[in-house]
Amino acid sequence: MARLVVPKTYKLYIGGAFPRSESGRTYEVTTTKGAFMANAAQASRKDARDAVVAARAAQPGWANATAYNRGQVLYRIAELLEGRRAQFVDELRASEGRTAAAAVKQVDEAIDTWVWYAGWTDKFIQVAGSGNPVAGPYFNLSVPEPTGVVAIVAPQGAASLLGLVSVLAPALVPGNTVVVVADQAHPLSAISLAEVLATSDVPGGVVNILTGSPAEIAPWLAAHADVNALDLAGAGELDWVELQITAADTLKRVIEPEPGVPARSLDRILAFTETKTVWHTKALL
Amino acid sequence: MLGGDLTERGLRLHLEGLSGVDAVGLEQRAAALGARSIKTSSKAWALDKIIELIDLTTLEGADTPGKVRSLVAKALTPDPSDPSAPRVAAVCVYGDMVPDAVAALGSAHGDPVDSGGGRSGLVSVAAVATAFPSGRASLRVKLADTADAVANGADEIDMVIDRGAFLAGRYGEVFEQIVAVKEACRREDGSYAPLKVILETGELATYDNVRRASWLAILAGGDFIKTSTGKTAPAATLPVTLLMLEAVRDWYRLTGERVGVKPAGGIRTSKDAIKYLVTVAETAGEQWLQPHLFRFGASSLLNDVLLQRQKLTTGRYSGPDYVTLD
Repeated sequence: MARLVVPKTYKLYIGGAFPRSESGRTYEVTTTKGAFMANAAQASRKDARDAVVAARAAQPGWANATAYNRGQVLYRIAELLEGRRAQFVDELRASEGRTAAAAVKQVDEAIDTWVWYAGWTDKFIQVAGSGNPVAGPYFNLSVPEPTGVVAIVAPQGAASLLGLVSVLAPALVPGNTVVVVADQAHPLSAISLAEVLATSDVPGGVVNILTGSPAEIAPWLAAHADVNALDLAGAGELDWVELQITAADTLKRVIEPEPGVPARSLDRILAFTETKTVWHTKALL
Repeated sequence: MLGGDLTERGLRLHLEGLSGVDAVGLEQRAAALGARSIKTSSKAWALDKIIELIDLTTLEGADTPGKVRSLVAKALTPDPSDPSAPRVAAVCVYGDMVPDAVAALGSAHGDPVDSGGGRSGLVSVAAVATAFPSGRASLRVKLADTADAVANGADEIDMVIDRGAFLAGRYGEVFEQIVAVKEACRREDGSYAPLKVILETGELATYDNVRRASWLAILAGGDFIKTSTGKTAPAATLPVTLLMLEAVRDWYRLTGERVGVKPAGGIRTSKDAIKYLVTVAETAGEQWLQPHLFRFGASSLLNDVLLQRQKLTTGRYSGPDYVTLD
């Protein structure tokens, strides 16, 4: 007798748990040729709200972890991804219609991106911070601190795994927590990545992944008063100027859309930081 | 009501003769009432109603006059960005903090309900007394504690029952203590400060005990029955509050007297508070939804209600940066 395959239920990733959408909605994920692959959860604005609550609750703990510890945690994600390489390659081949070589290349690049950003956690402050010369007996130091809760629209239709990792990792480096809306057409590797995150050392709530329509969810995240920064990397198809205006009402950092997958850069890390300057007297020495 | 003179034996026979609580049925009923969907204009009404019914509370060993003043400022202007937000019913503090609360309230000190039954815009001062939260002190100390709070200007007294005596079956002793504390609530002008009797349901072990304690407190003359001190877990739960509301409803049917209910502790979200409003309306009746008959003992609940209120007015989700810290 032929064995029945056991297909996976793809759910959301909020606060370290895998809930279905509060709305109960799902949408069909298909291969590039249109064949049915899976039902993914279609997140609603209330799922986005719950994700922001989870991200806010997790933010102080993640920001207060030592830079060295955050680096270890991010590096461990790369270790676990390496162990699941075959699964991600299969998923990308099926959902994005990639050749085996292209899928392998994307997964390897995604793993290397985690390693690259993990290395920055205890280094970016030295590079971006400064000791400022002042006319008086004071030390004057500027240091970058995390912005807080970052909402991200992941790159759409470019490279679902690498695109997600390329926007997720830099926001995590300084100690921000993240609510990310995954690639709408290819959400499966995002949820598989969530499984990696859930079994790694990343505290619950630090990363929250929503699948569904960015057009539906992004305006709520842009308007949400408890979101501190908005990365519109994959929002090029949306009315992103309107999203920027909405975000300005609650004083958010906004990163404008860019085509394809954002390259690794220190700028992406620093985009989600705020500079704090402190004065300290030299008299006590 | 018990027939003839009140004796320890009569009281015991009455309390132990109360029908047993169907725990499964009670919890299912509470869950069903909690499943109502309250949206848009009903939600807006409910949120304002919740604020009007809050006893904004600070009961910490570290309370300072400054903290009480900021609590009062919050009670008077819950949302500085929106003057349409109503004031809370009362602030609830320890007895020695009452003068600070009264001074901070100034001309806004008074009964939150006006003579016509509407909102007066005034805020009253409630004080916990009788060796709160444990209640472990002699009756003399408890009475002095109560009289002191009343003399300081407290409008309402929240007392704790002696759970040890209650659990040991000494109902008469608990009854007499409530009667004595009620007498200590007498003001100079001969009127009485309303007395809220805290049952501390988290320590009573069974629903049957909660029903008995509710009746005991009502028979002894309590003006309110209150679930908890907020110092033990579990504090207020929906089934326990439902049970107490049933006692209050049955008492009203027997005597025509209305006794209030105050769930306190553990109610932190608007969603939870709305469940309580539904339960009150469906059990005791809508006339209970006013500050003389129903209160929430809470501190963090108010900020959550304000966030939900801001969401309804602005159309976007609000955040904790947009409400004042306690």
